[in-house]
Amino acid sequence: MKEVELNTTTINFGPQHPAAHGVLRLVVELEGEVVKRAEPHIGLLHRGTEKLIEYKTYLQAVPYFDRLDYVSPMCQEHAFALATENLLNIEVPQRAKFIRVIFAEVTRILNHLLNIPAYAADIGAVTPFLWCFEEREKLLEFHEAVSGARFHAAYFRPGGVHQDMPEGMEEKLFEHFKTLPKFIDDLEDLLTNNRILRQRSVDIGIISKKEAIEWGCSGPVLRSSGVAWDLRRSQPYDAYDQVEFDIPVGKKGDCFDRYLVRIEEMRQSISIINQCLNKIKPGAISVEDNKITPPKRNQMKKSMEALIHHFKLFTEGYRVPEGQTYAAVEAPKGEFGVFLVSDGSSKPYRCKIRAPGFAHLQILDNLSKGHLMADIAAILGSLDIVFGEIDR
Amino acid sequence: MTYDIIITGLIIVAQIFAVVVPVLISVAFLVYAERKVLALIQLRRGPNIVGPFGILQSFADALKLITKENIIPSGSNKIVFILAPIITMVLSLAGWAVIPFAPGWVVSDINVGIMYLFAVSSLGVYGVIMAGWASNSQYPFLGALRSAAQMVSYEVSIGFVIITVLLCVGSLNLSKIVLAQQTVWFAIPLLPMFIIFFISALAETNRLPFDLPEDESTLVAGFFTEYSSASFVLFFLGEYASMILMSSMTVILFLGGWLPPFDVYPFNVVPGVIWFTVKVIFILFLFIWVRGTFPRYRYDQLMRLGWKVFLPFSLFWVVATSGFLVYFEMLPN
Repeated sequence: MKEVELNTTTINFGPQHPAAHGVLRLVVELEGEVVKRAEPHIGLLHRGTEKLIEYKTYLQAVPYFDRLDYVSPMCQEHAFALATENLLNIEVPQRAKFIRVIFAEVTRILNHLLNIPAYAADIGAVTPFLWCFEEREKLLEFHEAVSGARFHAAYFRPGGVHQDMPEGMEEKLFEHFKTLPKFIDDLEDLLTNNRILRQRSVDIGIISKKEAIEWGCSGPVLRSSGVAWDLRRSQPYDAYDQVEFDIPVGKKGDCFDRYLVRIEEMRQSISIINQCLNKIKPGAISVEDNKITPPKRNQMKKSMEALIHHFKLFTEGYRVPEGQTYAAVEAPKGEFGVFLVSDGSSKPYRCKIRAPGFAHLQILDNLSKGHLMADIAAILGSLDIVFGEIDR
Repeated sequence: MTYDIIITGLIIVAQIFAVVVPVLISVAFLVYAERKVLALIQLRRGPNIVGPFGILQSFADALKLITKENIIPSGSNKIVFILAPIITMVLSLAGWAVIPFAPGWVVSDINVGIMYLFAVSSLGVYGVIMAGWASNSQYPFLGALRSAAQMVSYEVSIGFVIITVLLCVGSLNLSKIVLAQQTVWFAIPLLPMFIIFFISALAETNRLPFDLPEDESTLVAGFFTEYSSASFVLFFLGEYASMILMSSMTVILFLGGWLPPFDVYPFNVVPGVIWFTVKVIFILFLFIWVRGTFPRYRYDQLMRLGWKVFLPFSLFWVVATSGFLVYFEMLPN
């Protein structure tokens, strides 16, 4: 009889695939249904953000950050604002700090409200997806109320925030976050104790403590592996040193732990927001230095100096002292960092962006080896991959 | 003589139409109902544009699909590619020949009705396998392999469930099976078997949580990824028609077919066909409800459930039931 060699099947998972999370192209080598190799191919959403920023003033660079991880826009502006403030050596007023923390946490909830149901949808439960989209819409209305845009807010700017929260916003936020825990409970009712969800996620895609650190994981992916590392705690920025919160930590580092960590992070975010709402006081919302933040509109009508400042800021931009800095925030997906080099002009000399998703996508091959084809979808979903930030 | 043959032929054709047309229309409304119920579960509105309350949505969709170009991939085996959806569709309609809707309302009251149904629903896997193989593409191929394995595994336990019912009835005739439930519906004494049958029916019709053959998160659309236009419609119709067929089978085997729940005044004046329809709608609602709430099993987990849980359990129940019947001398006939 003729000898037949058993070949593996190679499948192109994406870039047009319902579960590929954006434009990920995975070349999957299968032996039957078992994954031998899963090789991510990236670059299909590359827009040259870092290079574009080098040709933009510091203020013009802000909106680019919304468009990186488009699921959690404000947290990324936050990192850029912090980096620029470092170089400018300015301190943001208290109210601005609290507003930033509130909206960074709103953004975190927004992100997790997308990731958790997307993960559930990847393993077949579609209902949570639509439930969470309704909740997200309510939160996006807060985004819209402060910045005028639902997603691409450009709200956190070097020196503070763009404008103060509208009147009565604190009460509205407070009222809303009274109802959100109930929603999270409902979501958990549907998912957490579901046996099929557990069978699909427990012991799938385990990242050990050591691996997680070696591969540069951060955020919920790192914490679910049992490392209590959170930039909000270890190097607090803005008002994070004035609020109390717990860091949820997983035990095994499997998909289910990542899911649980995210659920708990949403609850912690609600508590952080409530603390901020209690502590926030009226006051300035950006540094009162017209060399950096534009003057008020009514001042411009009266003062020649203000008009000149406005003109200079929106034509040339402000000059940033020579130097380099790295600022990182705990974005919903992990450590989002901005490395800024300034040559003293009004445009960054170099802006390197560290996206958490990039590090997480690298482990995919390691995680999916030996699992079944269907687990790739679950692992991808649980790693919270968004292509905007990976390809930049 | 020839006159008689023509008359008989016409009657048969009329009977076929009397069954097939309502089935196809109910498929359209099932699709509409599914979308509407899912929408309510998911806090949406669902179809509400075409016709009052969107009730004509399915017809509009069917019309749209049929008028589209039928794309046949160049690498496919064309004859098999076109044959596959036809087989699926025909088989899902063929089963209706033996379903008794009400006393005497049956196209062909054969004595091996249940065997015929079982055989026809088992043949359904051919449509899937042929579609997957003829597409000559990886996703449909994997989908078809999964589907074949899945349908075969769950048919084994369905077989045992049917045997348990047959032990209690003593006949393979579907009408007799219904009449045997006049004192009590089999769903009550055979409750575990009823549950197993319902879950296996989900698997048999490729519904969530067992919709692996068309698992969109890994296999795009499974075995009919490459299908478009009219051939897609045939698959779609076939799938939903077999869903209704499996529901009718559940109703006949366990929920007393056309029998009213209680044989007392307000209930027993309602025609049997209405009871039958109501029960089928209830089972179909369960199908949709499950789809709205559950995630999907993984392939190996599905196989484990089928072979390691359902098969031994249903086998045990066959033995237990027959032992019970023999010991208490309750065997029929």
